[in-house]
Amino acid sequence: MDNKKDLMTVNVGLAEMLRNGVIMDVTNAEQAKIAEDAGAVAVMALERVPSDIRAGGGVARMADPAVIEKIKSTVTIPVMAKCRIGHFAEAQLLEAMEVDFIDESEVLTPADYENHVDKFQFKVPFVCGCRNLSEALRRIAEGAAMIRTKGEAGTGDVSEAVRHLRLINKQIKELTVLRKDELSSRAKELAVPLDLVMKVAELGKLPVPNFAAGGIATPADASLCMQLGAESVFVGSGIFKSETPEKMAKAIVTAVARFDHPKDLVEISRGLGASMKGISVANIGEEELLHTR
Amino acid sequence: MKDRVPVVGVLALQGDYQKHLEILDSIDVRGVEVRLAEDFDRVERLIIPGGESTVMTELLGRLRMEDKLASFVSKQPVWGTCAGMILLASGVNDRSVKTLGAIDIAVDRNGYGRQVFSTVAPATLALNGHRESLDLVFIRAPRVTRVGEGVTTLLKCGDDPVLLAQNNVLVSAFHPELTGSALLHDYFARKFAADFS
Repeated sequence: MDNKKDLMTVNVGLAEMLRNGVIMDVTNAEQAKIAEDAGAVAVMALERVPSDIRAGGGVARMADPAVIEKIKSTVTIPVMAKCRIGHFAEAQLLEAMEVDFIDESEVLTPADYENHVDKFQFKVPFVCGCRNLSEALRRIAEGAAMIRTKGEAGTGDVSEAVRHLRLINKQIKELTVLRKDELSSRAKELAVPLDLVMKVAELGKLPVPNFAAGGIATPADASLCMQLGAESVFVGSGIFKSETPEKMAKAIVTAVARFDHPKDLVEISRGLGASMKGISVANIGEEELLHTR
Repeated sequence: MKDRVPVVGVLALQGDYQKHLEILDSIDVRGVEVRLAEDFDRVERLIIPGGESTVMTELLGRLRMEDKLASFVSKQPVWGTCAGMILLASGVNDRSVKTLGAIDIAVDRNGYGRQVFSTVAPATLALNGHRESLDLVFIRAPRVTRVGEGVTTLLKCGDDPVLLAQNNVLVSAFHPELTGSALLHDYFARKFAADFS
């Protein structure tokens, strides 16, 4: 199947299948198994979880192929893996390993500060982070099949994910009430193609699923993001940096299915032990923020 | 007077259930999310959508919906797409998925391989005297490996059966909710009876 339209159909289609679920960061096969047993809809393979990247410093890169392959052979759910922003060679390796989704991620150290990967050159679908509608539409114009908020990964502080979700939704709403002749100048301001802006104005949503990520650490955080319009959630450090990862993983999965029922969320949240300790975004220096990448 | 259209429930635990609801809405069929055991009492037909069958298995157990679902699929019209097909089958090659045995077929989960092998295939479907061409969207699709006696194959893609029915159960390995065509939704909501043979 070489047809670009069909490729987009199956790739956006896979993103649709992952809706109303939880995608969990894992660094080895044991964690991947725990995630799958807890009801994760997919796992994200990476070398270190974001909070360890934040604490350890250094250059964060694509995970070791041996780790990714071990994870792939351990679970039956989709396996995603991260490449550095603009590192199309890492993306080529991930595609050669037949991962199901590539996350071109600001959590890793960027390889290119000017350009993102040309995602139309790949068969494997990509997810990209964004903070606002302009970033979201630029990534979609480059071929992303799924968008997620950047949030501020590795903090356990959900405030940036909330900020990004609210802003994108507000900017989408604004498009739906603009006159056609106003959309053109808006497209120019957003620095994105006009046809994409017109499409969003018509649909009242992005043309690909929009998930929440970055700082989600509790069932209530997941509920908050779902109520703000996220179509699924990514949980990074929030699971394997909590006191009881198995329980936390299960709880966040159930929380997404029952996100709008506070009484159920009370039961789901009870006795989970300590969530990840985390760090408030307000206490992070400008140069250490990941979402500005 | 026009025949009343049955209320169609869509199992709304995980997956692309909103896509099914959008299509039902576009053909004036009332679609309802089924998120708890008591929701089964409000619907006359049920769609089990695409998504991950492992996740749906987990949530059906955790939310204590298994018994109600099993009793519903034993008599009422039900249609499973992709993950839904796996749940309705009588056997699957994956121990983390609990199948309902509602249709006598065996399937291989992700039987065509990983996402790079997902594909779109054109087909012509004849149903109730209508012929319509449609694109079959396969995403990490299940592959039917055994078709029991009493199961009718309604459509094949290559050598593989991809749309099958038995008594009150309809299953598809592909995703009609991702194409523009509402043919199958219309058929399931308005025509499909509980006595397919």
